[in-house]
Amino acid sequence: MTGLFSEVFLSALLFGAVTAAIPLLLAGLGEQMSEKAGVLNIGIEGMMLAGAYLGFVGAFYSGSLWLGFLTGAAGGIAVALVMALLCVRIGLNQIVIGIALTLGLEGLTALLHHFQFSRSYPRLPAADATVIPLLSNIPVIGPAFFKHHLIVYLAVALVFGMSYLYRRTQLGLNLQAAGDKPAALDVAGIDVIRTRTIAVLTTGALAGLGGAYLANVGAGLFIPFITNGAGFLGIVLAMLARGRPVWVLFGALLFGVCLSLTTAMQVAGINIPTDVIQMLPFLAVMIMLVLFGRRASLPAALGIPYERGAR
Amino acid sequence: MSIDTAPAAGATALDVTSAGATRRDVMHRLLMTLGPILAALVIAGCILLAVGVDPLAYYGYVLEKGLFSPLGIQQTLTRMAPLLFLAAGLIVAFRAGMWNLGGDGQFLLGAVTAAASAPVLVQVMPSWLALFCSFLIAMVVAMIWSLVPALLRAYQGVNEIITTLMMTFLGTSFANVLVKLVFRDPGTTVPQTRTLPVEDRLPRLFETTITSGLLLGLAAIIIVHLVMTRTAFGLKLRIVGANPRAAVHAGLGVPGLTIAVFAISAGLAGLAGAVDIIGVQGNVRADWNPAYGLAVIPAVFLARMNGFAAIGFVFLLSVLSIGGESAARRLGVPNHFTLVLVSIVLIVLALAEYVDHRYHQSRKA
Repeated sequence: MTGLFSEVFLSALLFGAVTAAIPLLLAGLGEQMSEKAGVLNIGIEGMMLAGAYLGFVGAFYSGSLWLGFLTGAAGGIAVALVMALLCVRIGLNQIVIGIALTLGLEGLTALLHHFQFSRSYPRLPAADATVIPLLSNIPVIGPAFFKHHLIVYLAVALVFGMSYLYRRTQLGLNLQAAGDKPAALDVAGIDVIRTRTIAVLTTGALAGLGGAYLANVGAGLFIPFITNGAGFLGIVLAMLARGRPVWVLFGALLFGVCLSLTTAMQVAGINIPTDVIQMLPFLAVMIMLVLFGRRASLPAALGIPYERGAR
Repeated sequence: MSIDTAPAAGATALDVTSAGATRRDVMHRLLMTLGPILAALVIAGCILLAVGVDPLAYYGYVLEKGLFSPLGIQQTLTRMAPLLFLAAGLIVAFRAGMWNLGGDGQFLLGAVTAAASAPVLVQVMPSWLALFCSFLIAMVVAMIWSLVPALLRAYQGVNEIITTLMMTFLGTSFANVLVKLVFRDPGTTVPQTRTLPVEDRLPRLFETTITSGLLLGLAAIIIVHLVMTRTAFGLKLRIVGANPRAAVHAGLGVPGLTIAVFAISAGLAGLAGAVDIIGVQGNVRADWNPAYGLAVIPAVFLARMNGFAAIGFVFLLSVLSIGGESAARRLGVPNHFTLVLVSIVLIVLALAEYVDHRYHQSRKA
């Protein structure tokens, strides 16, 4: 058991936790914006898969990780465009379309992967890390938190960017209003449909980026169903965060630690089924909800399509 | 609850048809269902063409294996049994305005407990009683699993989408833990539960391989439909679904009804798991998760939470999944294409409903 708590092990564990948390963070931040604007985006799992697949394809053929992130985000946006068209513009049921998109992208990416990569399972080279001087020299914490790919730091910076957006800008207020009282926003002369479309497309971009990170940096390859419920975790995180981006970050890290622990236990040869560890984050959150469960502060118009002039 | 089923809820009110208009209505419904499905098949066919598979051959196999061959249609009808139970559970929850998205976890726990109890019980009591008891156990376990989300929703107002989603993640892992650690069959190397002997499973119908679970599923969904539309209890639930605040003012015990809805919905999902195990599979292997719930949820919406329409959609889903599986084997397309097909069918059906709705609106105006 001594090896279990060695410095190297601990920093590897935390490093893995950050790597696992980033896709959840991006998905959670994206979902949060959709929900603020009144769109329950259940298709986020599909957007992540599109991002993961296209991100991998982009990075694999161009050899550039950044181009991969770009194509991944574009893939997420493409799926979000369908969602925005069907659920925001013409107001179809968000749950039907969201689940349908998730199912469709699960199938489509697996299908494309089968015809393209299933014989060779190509891998990307390990992503090169941006080492932050000084900070990375701190024992344990340094190698765990300050030796990641640049996009990790950008994702964390985005949390604060989002906080600023929601609190200090016109667009942030518009988003909030689109979810709480769309009719009032409309009366104020702001286009509700456009505001919600912006939110859904941003969600797509972030979810796609999260998927691309998952495939390109986290795994180094694309396999079918690689997201494995990360999108749904993003929905849970967004709802638990009650509109605060910082809480998405904390939540994502909590889930990240548990996911990382699963792999670490296997490496350490501890004989507990991984399922037990996978249950931990959910158990923790459920206990928190039971102890401190209060009324969730969800936007009043969440899930209701806005139709001008309809009562 | 803030999330409303706006388009669907408006439409259900129109479902009460007078006898004269009924036939035209049925024809119209049929057209509005078959038309979009055909369109969806064409779109999906284009994808098949793009990956170099002959769509006509693919659909030929789907129809032959899912619908027209004696063995295929029997498999399709057998597949319907668990889906019908799941759909019945979702109808209760959705009509009462509660988003039970935890069907898969409840299903798996029901399946695992049924698989664990049935082989033991058949040794000590008559077969029919043993099966009845395992159904009961599966139902109760699933109900207990839904208790936490139900209580949180009823008394704390905690959103049930989060809690049921989390409970479904927990449930799938917990079901695996049970299979691997508690109910593991010591006689096999692969982690799985003890296998229920074929002669002790639910009887087949007549001379076919169709499980009699199909009849149970049909009975469940029809009873649910009648309870929701024809009884005072169903009316109460629908009032809670339409406007919880009004329900409180009308003197309904909303917390109690909420817990009842979750219990019924989860209980039916647990029965779905049991009927799949006791009728068809015989045991649960580790990491087995058919994830039926995800496809059934949109189907129930498209059926506008109408039990009879849901039977039709469940039949369609079964044909597609059984037919798709064998077409995939024959043509070398991975089975994942079925997911794409189902997804396109769902989206086009939803679009068609919208277009139809708009057309009627503009005619009325």
